[in-house]
Amino acid sequence: MEITNYVVLAAVLFAIGATTVLLRRNAIVVFMGVELMLNATNLAFVTFARLHGDLTGQVLAFFVMVVAAAEVVVGLAIIVTIFRTRRSASVDDVNLLKG
Amino acid sequence: MTTFVPPEIDWLALAPLIVVLGAGVVGILVEAFVPARARRTTQIVLALAALAGGLAFVAVLWPQIVAQPVQVVGGSVTLTPFALAAQGIVAVLAFLGVLVVADRTSTGQDAFAPTASAVPGTSYEDLARRAGLVQTEIYPLLLFATGGMMLFASTDDLVVMFIALEVLSLPLYVLCATARRRRLLSQEAAAKYFLLGAFASALFIFGVALIYGFAGTVRLLQIAQQVQGGMLPLEGMSVLLVAGVLLVTVGLLFKVGAVPFHAWTPDVYTGAPTPITGFMAACTKAAAVVALVQVLYRTSIGVQAVDPQILRQLQVVIVVVAIATMVVGAVVGSVQSDVKRLLAYSSIAHAGFLLVGIAGFNAQVQASTLFYLLAYGLSTVGAFAVVTLVRERRVASGSRSGEDNGPVADDGVVLGEATEIAQWAGLGRKAPWLTAAFGIFLLSMAGIPLTAGFVAKFGAFSGAVTGGLWWLAVLGVLASIVTVAFYLRLLVVMVFRRADDETVPEQVPDAEDLDASETAGASGGTAPAALATAQVTAAQRVVVTVARSRGPAAVAVAVCAVATVILGVFPSPVLDLVEQASKFVP
Repeated sequence: MEITNYVVLAAVLFAIGATTVLLRRNAIVVFMGVELMLNATNLAFVTFARLHGDLTGQVLAFFVMVVAAAEVVVGLAIIVTIFRTRRSASVDDVNLLKG
Repeated sequence: MTTFVPPEIDWLALAPLIVVLGAGVVGILVEAFVPARARRTTQIVLALAALAGGLAFVAVLWPQIVAQPVQVVGGSVTLTPFALAAQGIVAVLAFLGVLVVADRTSTGQDAFAPTASAVPGTSYEDLARRAGLVQTEIYPLLLFATGGMMLFASTDDLVVMFIALEVLSLPLYVLCATARRRRLLSQEAAAKYFLLGAFASALFIFGVALIYGFAGTVRLLQIAQQVQGGMLPLEGMSVLLVAGVLLVTVGLLFKVGAVPFHAWTPDVYTGAPTPITGFMAACTKAAAVVALVQVLYRTSIGVQAVDPQILRQLQVVIVVVAIATMVVGAVVGSVQSDVKRLLAYSSIAHAGFLLVGIAGFNAQVQASTLFYLLAYGLSTVGAFAVVTLVRERRVASGSRSGEDNGPVADDGVVLGEATEIAQWAGLGRKAPWLTAAFGIFLLSMAGIPLTAGFVAKFGAFSGAVTGGLWWLAVLGVLASIVTVAFYLRLLVVMVFRRADDETVPEQVPDAEDLDASETAGASGGTAPAALATAQVTAAQRVVVTVARSRGPAAVAVAVCAVATVILGVFPSPVLDLVEQASKFVP
């Protein structure tokens, strides 16, 4: 199979993730969009590593995974704190700061 | 059998980073092992010592690096004079920022919630406050963020840059959510910052993936060499490089706070605890701008070799962003009624002025960017430190403040910060020194001669002129004049307008009275409390007062003010230093 297909797939996944972030209202779903973007990046890294025949890309994918995990820890903590205060995880309800 | 070859690492070159990040790790251990009463002092001393130590190592390394830039750990850390100077600037600004964070003021409370995880308005929160809990984790988090910023500014490897970006961002997201007062706003700011920040870093890393796909490496200088040497794995796929560079630039512009990626800035700056806002505004901007400069220049070498046309288009992008940033910052900033929000838009406008200097794509003028970051950082940390001291105070209506109505307020004598510009009326009388310092910061941000801001802006705009973009410099000066208008408006309110509460004589006590009433409340035991409950039923109103600093914040304000003036009057020693630092390609 043509290796560029994987790159195209990565780009499509990334675009879906970005659209999710921009359009969805629930903070958890927005956050899932970000995770999808990061995983699309991993796919691109691994594909390019295969293409170039070196391991750097595969190692980088691990770095991205670790960073994504750290981001989940902090992000969910913030979202859960807000949910406990307001009983809602909608980003539309988070609107006290304006102007 | 292959033998293990240990890598050779120049530990001295890594010392500033190791000291700061290592102290962060030690800070976590302090949380676990030091008894609660000594914890806060230990953490503050540790944080300040680490930042001073990092700065000392920067000074020790300086002559060596100026003579010969080094690449450590195979280029993961690339110490050029430019990067080292950025590390020094971040360390200085972080030191001043930590001083402001550490100050409890005359109210005896710092700016952070006793337990940030408690739901606002619950009995658990009340209990934590009464027990006098403190979240001393603030200091290790600040150290990690500072370490991340220092690494962010001094790497050539895009993946290390991504990790540094997260190391600096994740603690900041948490810190934003920890304000003692207006906790809903604080949590909301953290959520916005986190979601948009995570989105921006995802864009950044996808850009890195595309660049890796094009060149087979994530080291910027190697990419340039490969392109020039014609050793490209994917010949003719330069669209990957262009898209990659654009995505990486967007990720960095987000951290810089440039339009159209600025939407988070006003909200986060308003919602975050004010000392954190000062730290974040000054240090993050310094690190992000330095990283942006290095990425743009190093990739521009490679991009130019691929197709000079692409470089021109990249320059157009930066110019458009610079213009939009200046215009939005200056115009929207002039209709703000909240001091923190006004300073946030001013920081957006300054991002625009910095981009004007960068858009010239002229290596020599980058020295002026460093000077700009230092000047802007000093006045920002100082200005936000002043904001932490101007407080609301609730008094019973019609009673004179000489009587003991101090403990009426729910939460100590003094409430949160008075951030409405109208509330700052008459501050010139209540606190002349503080007003003078704030005036110096505002004038420096406005770029009035004899302050650091003037020298900085002159450097940035002359950078654009040298790069052949004189009309952009003219636009910059025009936008700068608009910002002068809103800085002066704030100053006029502070100095010339009378406060509403000044009509009744002695209505607002000065700091000494405030302290006296506080100590009376503390020693008098239940009597004032009973008096207080009697008075709660009376109509209450809020007046503005100035909390007295317990030292650190006053020192930070004084240092920032004096440094701003000195850099404005005798800029040449520092200009000489940053001139040496203008070499950023080893």
